[in-house]
Amino acid sequence: MDAVITQFFNVTIMASALPLVLRGLGMTLVVCVVVIPLGLTGGLLVALAMRVRLAVVRVVVAALIDFFRAVPPLVLLIFIHAGLPFAGIRPTAFVSVCLAFLLNNSAYYGEIYRAGIESIGRGQWDAARSTGLSAAQAAFYVVLPQAVRNVLPDLVSNTVEVVKLTSLASVVALPEMLYSADMARSLTYNASPIVLAACIYLVLLWPVVRLVSRMEHRVAH
Amino acid sequence: MQHSIFIDSFFKPEIIARYAPDILRAMLVTIEVALLVVVTGLALGLLLAVVRSFRFTPINALIVVYVDMFRALPPLVLVLLVYFGLPNVGINLPSGAVLWLVLSLVLGAFAEEIFWAGILSVRKGQWEAARSTGLGFGQTLAYVILPQAIRLTVPPLTNRTIAITKNTALGSVIGVPEILNVATTTESFLGNATPLTMGAIAYVALFVPVVLFGRWLETRFAWRRA
Repeated sequence: MDAVITQFFNVTIMASALPLVLRGLGMTLVVCVVVIPLGLTGGLLVALAMRVRLAVVRVVVAALIDFFRAVPPLVLLIFIHAGLPFAGIRPTAFVSVCLAFLLNNSAYYGEIYRAGIESIGRGQWDAARSTGLSAAQAAFYVVLPQAVRNVLPDLVSNTVEVVKLTSLASVVALPEMLYSADMARSLTYNASPIVLAACIYLVLLWPVVRLVSRMEHRVAH
Repeated sequence: MQHSIFIDSFFKPEIIARYAPDILRAMLVTIEVALLVVVTGLALGLLLAVVRSFRFTPINALIVVYVDMFRALPPLVLVLLVYFGLPNVGINLPSGAVLWLVLSLVLGAFAEEIFWAGILSVRKGQWEAARSTGLGFGQTLAYVILPQAIRLTVPPLTNRTIAITKNTALGSVIGVPEILNVATTTESFLGNATPLTMGAIAYVALFVPVVLFGRWLETRFAWRRA
């Protein structure tokens, strides 16, 4: 028991790792602030592209969605970061992370928006158009507000997943929270800094997970 | 000229021929870990959901804490914590076992939540009707409630299971010889991106059918319910 406390819950080591881990938290938050709006916007474009009249566009977008849902995000990130230099492009770790997240998140958010849009009856489009709104106006003022409300639990729960996924950036040496904590771990030969980072993730995400859980149960009834 | 440089960096035929068996072996490791995780994770989730339906408050509180924690923590944090933490307290697990354990616990948490939502969504009248015909609590659960609950959980459970099996790629960080690990070590050994291309193709070959299968299940079960 003592060994567990000194190896995992060592307060002295946690205190000395705290500044480094907090700096990492700052980077994690910066990544979140960039990639979440990017993914939400990309997903919206993807979902709208699934509704254009040209069948070619729909087929291509659907294939891209399935491709980016099939490739694990870490694989995508590493292939971008390690593969692009062979094509003469050298993205920084931050750019690689943003690009990988844009591609992955647009596919996931896109599917959620699509489900939301499909949950709105054809009559809403027809009614909106018949009042003289253009297709774009009908989408933005009538259909999307209702669609987003219907899939809000999924959007929030996917956003939790995105925040968790930012930890993958540690693999390409972006100094976010897990990278910083793991650096402290390797310097101290002690797992407590990672426990500290885990606690910070819990403080950030536990309330949201609870919220999602309640929203989902309410929808289920 | 430009064209052949591109082929040489990303699709070099000699490298493809030489390292195809390695990538295939790595695919088997990925499949093996993924299947083990699916079996143990879903079993754990179902078991906990059944335990939760007995409604012992202290036990349910523990289940909720476990589920919330494993839904809130990034899996990579857990992988590193278990892999680097346990040896310090005298427990040495091979990296493959660590990956299996962590992903099973994560899938177990998500699956419990989904099965539990399924159980809750079966109407109270079903419980009462089953009990009034003389079935016990366990019989009601096993023969009446779960068959209906599980049907409702198929689409969300499939999506979650696919997402978590893709996390087998995290094993590359702790040296499990799965696809990503073999592709990146070969890539840095050769200084050529061809193994990365091969790895990407291996993932697409494995998971595109799975994603399509998930989509099919989703529409099929959605139609049945309507």
